[in-house]
Amino acid sequence: MADEPLVLGIETSCDETGVGIVRGTTLLADAVASSVDEHARFGGVVPEVASRAHLEAMVPTIDRALKEAGVSARDLDGIAVTAGPGLAGALLVGVSAAKAYAYALGKPLYGVNHLASHICVDQLEHGALPEPTMALLVSGGHSSLLLSSDITSDVRPMGATIDDAAGEAFDKIARVLNLGFPGGPVIDRYAKEGDPTAIAFPRGLTGPRDPAYDFSFSGLKTAVARWIEAKRAAGEEVPVRDVAASFQEAVVDVLTRKAVRACKDEGVDHLMIGGGVAANSRLRVLAQERCEAAGIRLRVPRPKLCTDNGAMVAALGAEMVARGRASSSWDLSADSSLPVTEPHVPGDHDHVHEVSKENLYS
Amino acid sequence: MLLLALDTATPAVTVALHDGRDVIASSSQVDARRHGELLLPAIDRVFAEAGLRLDAVTGIVAGIGPGPYTGLRVGLMTADTFGLALGVPVHGVCTLDGLAYAADLQGPFVVATDARRKEVYWARYTDSRTRVTDPAVDRPADIAEQVAGLPAVGAGALLYPETFPKAHEPEHVSAAALARLAAEKLAAGEELPAPRPLYLRRPDAQVPKNYKVVTPK
Ligand SMILES: [Zn+2]
Repeated sequence: MADEPLVLGIETSCDETGVGIVRGTTLLADAVASSVDEHARFGGVVPEVASRAHLEAMVPTIDRALKEAGVSARDLDGIAVTAGPGLAGALLVGVSAAKAYAYALGKPLYGVNHLASHICVDQLEHGALPEPTMALLVSGGHSSLLLSSDITSDVRPMGATIDDAAGEAFDKIARVLNLGFPGGPVIDRYAKEGDPTAIAFPRGLTGPRDPAYDFSFSGLKTAVARWIEAKRAAGEEVPVRDVAASFQEAVVDVLTRKAVRACKDEGVDHLMIGGGVAANSRLRVLAQERCEAAGIRLRVPRPKLCTDNGAMVAALGAEMVARGRASSSWDLSADSSLPVTEPHVPGDHDHVHEVSKENLYS
Repeated sequence: MLLLALDTATPAVTVALHDGRDVIASSSQVDARRHGELLLPAIDRVFAEAGLRLDAVTGIVAGIGPGPYTGLRVGLMTADTFGLALGVPVHGVCTLDGLAYAADLQGPFVVATDARRKEVYWARYTDSRTRVTDPAVDRPADIAEQVAGLPAVGAGALLYPETFPKAHEPEHVSAAALARLAAEKLAAGEELPAPRPLYLRRPDAQVPKNYKVVTPK
């Protein structure tokens, strides 16, 4: 529909330079330039390498998105950008571009929350988000359970990881197994040929007195590493496929169990899963099984929309426009620790998170 | 002609408008940690002061550093994006050259800015328009011989009087100087560098240490 808001979204919170264009809940373009190859040899994302890559990739990626969408910049109704959370220096490149673009085109600017964007992107796949929606966000940077009754104004944290993010655990185990970086896709691939019940790795924070919705993957990571070392020390071959499958099973078992429990406890009949780890094939299968058994409708966007991208930012921006939320001001800052409870940063924002900028220019 | 000049490669967030004859509006604020917040409001203010709008510009001039990266990128990303949105050329000018131009000295001298980590970004000039060395980043003590006896300008020179005993103002670059220098060079038909950052250092890449054994020995 032509009267739905046409919004361009910019995402630079980590190593992907994403520019997406949506009209309402319709995806028109999703252009991504990734610097992942430049980080691979370091075994993790190097912030300065990411920031440098964002600066070089931004203009060509905006250009590509506009061509892909077949729209003119003049017709945009707003520019949305990830204001946080994320890598401070990387976020600042995207925020600088978005501000300049919005200012030059005379369009309103919407600084939005990266986590809320991960949830809102599902609108591009499955239509308007049910209200409320339970969301499980799992990636290399986050592992959280969030409950939202209105994605533009109300996102409530139910639980989060108390140590490593789920994706981080995948990266680390892949490194122990010498499988390279990033770990998620390669573990998934090996796990397909392994036995998920071969080794009983621990399920973190699942005891009766543990917090019901929080996650912990650090103990699991250590247990897996210790198991592998014991094999190596004994001169035995490490059964990489079984280790991958058993490790992966431990992660997705806890994730899905807690997500379904949160839905039941809160009486929510929809679960959405987003973030890079949502691309994991076993997570998708197990979540589907458990949601079906519990009478919960599962919504998982296609993998390309689960990883960091500009379309998710545009999707949330379009929702901000549609619901008449206040736009951001020209002094919008990148906030590396923007709380998930703030889906966007309206112009009268009181800068309570000043402290988080301490590390910005370090 | 209407040039918008900006520089975020030093602690100054500085913006100026040049109409082909001279600077018609400018703004400079010193706050090393808030380039991202201050730049666009400053641009907005400068246009309001001149009674003009951004879409009237015929070119953008951006300081390409060298300078601390996080701040430097704010200006360059802004300039790049303006260029895209407005379809006007974006020119780069070495930030040290802007400082040299503002110093307005006749004989040989040095420009040095603060590169943090006890280093300076620096270059040597024979006069305010002529740089004779490539911009470099060094510890002041390591370049003492190369700059001995020369007057010096910039915060990096003021910060290390043992190496730069004849240091004086200006401390930071001003976009007004950058605009005047660029306008002069463009009028003379000179080609300005592309608006790409002069980092001079490789990114700090903490290569994760080899996999750490967790089993106690
Ligand atoms: Zn993410």
